[in-house]
Parts: sequence; structure tokens; C-alpha cells
Amino acid sequence: MIAEPDGPEDRLRRFATIWSRAVFPVTSTSATRPEFEEQLLPLARRLSEALAARTVDTDAGRAVGAALVDAHCTDPEALTRSLDCVDAYLVLYCGGDGDREDLRSRSSRLQHAMAAGFAHALRERTLAEQEAIARAALEAQGLVAQALHATEARFRAVFEGAAIGIGIADLDGNVLQVNGALLRMFGITDQTMRGRRVQEWTHAEDAPQTWTLYDELVRGEREHYHLEKAFSRPDGTVLWTNLTVSLLRDADGEPQYQLALMEDTTERRLLNLRLRYEATHDALTGLPNRTLFFERLEKALSAGEGQRFGLCYLDLDGFKTINDSLGHAAGDRLLVEVADRLQSCATAPGEMVARLGGDEFVALTTGPDTESEVDDLAARIMNALLAPVRIDGRELTVRGSIGIVEGPAGERGPAEVLRSADITMYRAKSAGGNRFELADPEADARAITRHGLTTQLPVALERGEFFIEYQPLVHLGDGSVRGAEALVRWLHPQHGVLGPDRFIPLAEHTGLIVPLGRWVLEQSVRQARAWRERYGQDVAGDPLRINVNLSPCQLTHPGLVQDTVDILERAGVAPDALCLEVTESALIGADDDLLKPLRRLAEMGVDIALDDFGTGYSNLANLRRLPVSVLKLDRSFTQSMQQFPADPVDLKIVEGIVSLAHGLNLAVTVEGVETGAQAEQLRILGCDTAQGWYYARPGPPERLHELALVDATG
Amino acid sequence: MERPAWAPRNIDISVPSVARIYDFYLGGSHNFEADREAARRAMEFAPGLPKTMQANRAFLRRAVRFAADEGITQFLDIGSGIPTFGNVHEVAQKARPGARVVYVDHDPVAVAHSQAVLEGNPDAGVVAADLRKPQEILANAEVQRLIDLNRPVALLLVAILHFVEDADDPYGAVAELRDALAPGSLLVLTHASFEGIPLPPERAEGAVDVYKDIRNPLIMRSRDEIARFFEGYDMVEPGLVSPPRWRPETATWDPDDEDPWAFAGFAGVGRSA
Repeated sequence: MIAEPDGPEDRLRRFATIWSRAVFPVTSTSATRPEFEEQLLPLARRLSEALAARTVDTDAGRAVGAALVDAHCTDPEALTRSLDCVDAYLVLYCGGDGDREDLRSRSSRLQHAMAAGFAHALRERTLAEQEAIARAALEAQGLVAQALHATEARFRAVFEGAAIGIGIADLDGNVLQVNGALLRMFGITDQTMRGRRVQEWTHAEDAPQTWTLYDELVRGEREHYHLEKAFSRPDGTVLWTNLTVSLLRDADGEPQYQLALMEDTTERRLLNLRLRYEATHDALTGLPNRTLFFERLEKALSAGEGQRFGLCYLDLDGFKTINDSLGHAAGDRLLVEVADRLQSCATAPGEMVARLGGDEFVALTTGPDTESEVDDLAARIMNALLAPVRIDGRELTVRGSIGIVEGPAGERGPAEVLRSADITMYRAKSAGGNRFELADPEADARAITRHGLTTQLPVALERGEFFIEYQPLVHLGDGSVRGAEALVRWLHPQHGVLGPDRFIPLAEHTGLIVPLGRWVLEQSVRQARAWRERYGQDVAGDPLRINVNLSPCQLTHPGLVQDTVDILERAGVAPDALCLEVTESALIGADDDLLKPLRRLAEMGVDIALDDFGTGYSNLANLRRLPVSVLKLDRSFTQSMQQFPADPVDLKIVEGIVSLAHGLNLAVTVEGVETGAQAEQLRILGCDTAQGWYYARPGPPERLHELALVDATG
Repeated sequence: MERPAWAPRNIDISVPSVARIYDFYLGGSHNFEADREAARRAMEFAPGLPKTMQANRAFLRRAVRFAADEGITQFLDIGSGIPTFGNVHEVAQKARPGARVVYVDHDPVAVAHSQAVLEGNPDAGVVAADLRKPQEILANAEVQRLIDLNRPVALLLVAILHFVEDADDPYGAVAELRDALAPGSLLVLTHASFEGIPLPPERAEGAVDVYKDIRNPLIMRSRDEIARFFEGYDMVEPGLVSPPRWRPETATWDPDDEDPWAFAGFAGVGRSA
């Protein structure tokens, strides 16, 4: 609408402009001044109309006052300025040509109404807004409280439902609150727990630092600590816990409470103890085992000055016989009885008895006076063994040999002490047994112990301490040398030359037999080639054969066939130059799996000899199954032929075996031929080859050469 | 019920709130004596603060209208405070019926009040969250219900960043939000500054101290520092200016009509590429 200049509309607008300019600076509106003026224009028009109405419309005044509040003129100054403006300009711009006096009076009444309307609206708005914000604050408070309650409820649920025990106490130690898990662990009720103090829970097994840590924590010098702690339950049992105690501080950092978290480790501890017990005790006798004994011995040997130790190493005499004759169950019962008796011999503090294994036991005594005590201990043990042991209605006499080592702590290690005891025990045993001997360093150095040899075996192989002697195998028909048996020897640095009976069982036991056997095979096969290169073949046109012993352990070793093939190929030696000797006992009950490698070797052309034939349960029917081409008769058969006339039964047996062997297409070799008469007898009986001192003792390979030459020239 | 991370341990109306102080400056009565007391103290140093807030509010209104004219229908107003009048949803939904608006504030009273005001408005919502944890804002169910982040959004950070200390990494927070927004989104921002205040800084410091006292420190930043919030945005004309100078609505706009306090601080709008 375009206002006519200085027409009523134009004047109304000018009034609104003046009004808006006056009030705008004190409004809070986000509108611009021109926008604000647009908001005032209808109000100005309303006032203008009210001014002109027949009767003064005070409602209009009130409405305009209220409208100002709606336009965000909430500052009272806006009312002042509005009233000033209306007072000065409403009549002037909007009064037209009416009566001035009347108009002024009307304007005045409109202003009063505006003031009332403004005040009323402002009051309404203020109250409404105050109520709105108060309600919002309440609502927010409610939400926060609700959230807080939920959090607390959740924390309470966590507290109550936790599987670990939780307890809170003040810094004086008064227990304030504990959860169900803790009560269950302690086995007490909430009532009983109330009023308890943390300091009451001392226990004999408390670690020394337990209560120092506690004091530091409640003094605020430590934030938390962690340890294993035992508690006594009312029923007398012990509760073991994994305990963590933390200091709780308030918002200002002041120590306020202590919080204990504990996990019941009783079961785990028991299990650990049991596992530890099982790991350190012998299952059969319940005595401490080798592990625990070594721990104790080590401790005793590292004890301080003035401390000594005494050790009795006991090995039962003839236990193997009992085991073999009465069976393992009886042997075990005997061991249990012996263990019980030994246990009763070592009851003083610092004494212990342990089972090392088999029929070997040790008794240890420690302290300053073991020099005299250890003899008493050994005597007590010997005494304890005196009474016969009753097993299955039999009275068994138990005897033992004891090696005693005694000395000051701090000089020797456990292995050395035990070795000395072992040696000494063997000395007692070789002196007839049923006695004790005191260790003697010189005797120790001389003594050959299984223990010592066993530990030295691997080094001996590395150092080349083994060598091989060869014993010729002679053809009984023409006396020619057909080959030799390889016999391994150990040139021990201290003990000199040791025969296979001294160390082969040990090597079998430790598994060293496999590399050792391979070495023997290698050496022997190489020797066979050397012979062949030098002397060609024997008189029968066959190469000189080499006989090598196979131990039971080698027999089951998976590399046997391949190793043998490799060795032969590397040496360039034909398989038929090799004969492997296997003892009859190694093949007793042999199944096909065990025989398979032997079969393969036999198929290749390697001869298999059944050694010591006639000593085991010579299962003749079994012979058909075995891939064997030679029987080596045990020397026990030939021993009787050294006399003249020979035992006719023996002769019959040998004759029978030979005829059986030949019937099965097996050659027969005899061992232990020591006289010419023997040799002649065996030849008549049909044996094929022989070995023994009559021909030659085992010796270096050159000796065979001499024999072969003699043979060739003879 | 989960206790939201933002929720204070309790609501203490004897502690002033910047949202309610702001309301007081704008002539509202959504405030308590503690708020008014703090506001009056600040006004002892800077008597024109109401005018500054008013200008800030006027800018917000113009900027929302601008955004609506640009075709934006989604508004995320973080630090919305107490809705007094000329609220974003009123302006936006008037310009574009159906425009979606989400208010975000960490003041639980402001949130509760906003909830009451927005009751029955399906296109507007309020979320209790904190600008310092932008991912929580973006992941909020109400935000996801109302705002489609694949389309442009007007992100309003009006008079809030000067309450975020550098230690809380306001630039990082703004960048995280920027990265979540679709191209063509707008950043609408105002920030307090000593520049433009018709007072020597020493005196304005007095007002700043009042905020420090109420444990809601006011961080005054320079124009350059404020401009850095727009990293990754192209400034909309006329750039970062004092609030009244940003696209005044009438051609006849006369700076002399404005109170000198209206020119305090900076306002600007950026458009993301």
C-alpha cells in the first residue's frame, strides 16, 4: 500500500518509525529494526483506531501493551519508551482534527491500558517461562536421579552377583559392607560379619609383609597391594584367597575406605599341593622321589658353615631274583614294606628317606653331627631289614647293600655325592652285600659304576674310545678262515679296556646303542672291504664274512634297514659279506612287525644268525618263521665236550640240533671251542663253522690276516 | 536405564548455566537467580552483552534462512541451549515445511526444556550429547532418525566453540563432524573474540573471568584461529565477519542502526566441497 504523502496512512507509518527507533535498542528481538517496525505498525494502527473510536477502547491499549511483550520487548525500558512515544506522537500523528484536549485524555487512558496490558503479559510470560525452566530442571533432575538409581542398582547387582568376594571397610578396619560371595567364602552370615574388624583376620600363614602393607595402605602411603592370604573359617577350615586391597579416596583425594577383592584359591591351592606332592613322591611307596630328594640334597649341600650331611644309598640284594621268581606284584609289595621300614628309620628332623627308582633307596640326614649320625642311620636301616618280609605266605629275607657318603656342606654337588654313594654301594655289594661301606675318594676314582659309565658313554663315542676286535670264524671241514665276529670294546680312560657286557646293557638302556651299533657296523663293513681288497676271497671262493651283533633295541629301530643298506653301499660291500647276529631271546614272541626288517635284510642277501641258540625257550617250530640262515649254538653245549668222553646226552642234543638245522637249510656255528678234541667232535657232529680260543682270541684285524695266511699256507 | 556419559551426577540450579545466562541476555525468564547473578556480573564489565547475543541470534536466523534458500532441509544445531524465540526449527520449518532439525546440548536442563518445547513436532528432536564427542552425536539414534548424512546438512555451531578449550581439541571435533557430512553441507559458526568488542581487552577480560568463575571458561579466539574451523569449507560471501555484516536482510541496512556491541565476535558460513 502506497501511502499518500502526509495522508493518514503516511502519518501512521511515520509514527511507527519513530516508535520503533525509540524502542528497538532496548528490545531483545532477533528481528532487524525495519522488521521490528513492521511488527509495530499494526499496533500503531490499533492505537490510532482506538484514539478515534467513539468510546475509548482500553482493550486495544491492553492488547498493544501485551503485543510488545510478544515482540520480545521484555525490558521495562521498552514500556517507558513506548509510553513516551505514544504520549508525544500518537495525537500528533494520528489525532486528525479532533478535539486536542479530548484526544490527549484518550491517549492518556490508552497509555494506562498499555501499561496494564504490558505488565500483565510480562508477568504471564515470566511466570510461564519460570515454570517451564523449573519443570525442565526438575525433569532433568529426575532423569539424572533415575539414571543414577539405575547405575547404583547395577553396581549393587554387580557387587552382589560378583563371583569374587568384595568387602569395604573404613580406615580403622571396621567392616562396612561385604557381598554374598565373600560371606560364602568365609562361611559366615552378614550378622556375624557386621562389627568385625579387618585386623582380626590374622593367620599363622600370613606372609611377613601382610600387615606392613595393610598399615601402609590405611595410612594412605600405598594405593593397593596384592597377596595370597589365608583366613580361618568358623568351622576350623582354612580359606586361601588371592587378595587385592585398594585404597578408596574421596573427591578431594583424601583416603576414605579400603576395598578388598578376594578370590577363593583354596581348591586351586590344594590341587597345586597335590600336583606338587605327586610330582615329588613315588606313587608305589609314597616316599619322596628322586626329584624331591635332589631338592633336599641340594639344600643340605648348600647349607651354611658347620652344617654337614650324611647319605645312605641302599640297593636291595637279589631283588631281581625275587621279581623274576615271584612276579612284579610281589616285588612291588616287598618294596612297599621296605619303604615303610626305612621310613621308620629316619624320623628325626633333618632326616628323610626317598626311593630313587627300582630297588634303590636313599636316606639323608643333615645337621652338624652327621658324622656319627649317619652310621647309626645305616645301622638302623640294616636292622630294619633283618626281619623277614611275609608275602603270599612266604617269608622273604631281605638284605641290602649301603654306600655311605658323609661330609661338610658346601664342598660337593648333589650329582657328585650321589655318584660317590653309588660307587660305595657297589663296593659293599661286590664285597658280598648285606653290609654298609663308607665312601673313600680313592676307591671312588677306581670304581666303575653303572652311573659313571652311563654318563660317559656318549662322550666316549664322540672321543673314539671304542674299538673293535675280531674273532675268526673257522670252517670245521677244512679249517679255513671264513670270516670273523666283530666284538666292540671300550678303551676307558680310567678303567682300561671294558667288554661289551659292561656297557652294552647301559647303552641299550639309554638308547645310545643305536649310534654305537651303527658305528660298529660301519667299522666292521669297512674292515670287510679292506680284507677283500687285500686277500680277495676265501678258499671256497666266497668273500670273508663279517658277523656283527644286533641288540634288541637296534632291532626295533626304524632306521635299521636303511642304515645297513647305506653302510654297505658306501663301503661298496655286497650284502652277502655281512651276517647280523640276533639273540634268540630278542626274537622270542617276535611278531611280523619286528621280523619285517630282518626279512628285508635277508632278502637282500644279508645272513641272519640266531645267536646263543639253545639258551632260551628254543621254540623249534618258530625257526620256520624266522628269516634266519645260521644257528649259533651256545657255548654251554660245547663246554661238556671239553672232557673226554663227552656227555652222550649233550652229543645227542647237538646232533639233533644240527640235523634239524640242516633239515631247515640252516648252517650251524659253534662258539667256545677251546680244544682240538672239541673241534673234532663238532666236526663229526656236522657243525659247519666254529669260533673259540682254540683258533684265536678276539684281536685286531691284522691278526685275522695272519691266520688267513697260515690257513692258506697250511 | 543407561546413565549417559554426559549426565552430571546431579542438577544443581545454584550453579549458573551458560545456556540460561544466554536466555537471560535475550530477555528470557528461563533462568534462575544464580544465572542472572552471573550475567549481571559479566554485564558490569561488558554492559552490551545482550546486544551481542541479540546480533548473534539475528545472524543465526539469517543463516538458517540462507541455508533453507540453498535447498538444505536438515539442520544439526549443536549447543542449542534454551530455545527462547526465533529458534532454528521455527525459522527453518517456516521457510521449508518438513525441514528436519536436531538440537544438541550437554546441559540436561536445556535438553529437558527443549523436549517440552518440541513436543508434537515430529520433524525436530533434541539430543543430550557433547560437541567434544562428535562420534556420540553422529551415532545417536535421534540424529540418525532425523538426519540423512548422505544429503547436505547445515551444521550450526553458534556461540558454542568459545566454550571448548584447546585441550579438548575443538578443531578435531569440528573436523570429525565435517568428515561425516555430505558434500554441499554448510557450517554455520559464530565465535566470541576480543576483536570487535567496543572495549579495551583488559576490561573485556573481566567478563571472561566471570565465565571462568562459573567453571565454564570462555575462550576468546582471534579471527585467524576462528577461520581455521572452516578448514575444508569454501567460505560463503561475505566470509568471516562481525555478525551484523553477514548478509544483512535489507538493502537499506545501516550499520549505524546497530548497537556497537552487535559487532563483537565473528560469524561465517562455509560450504563443504
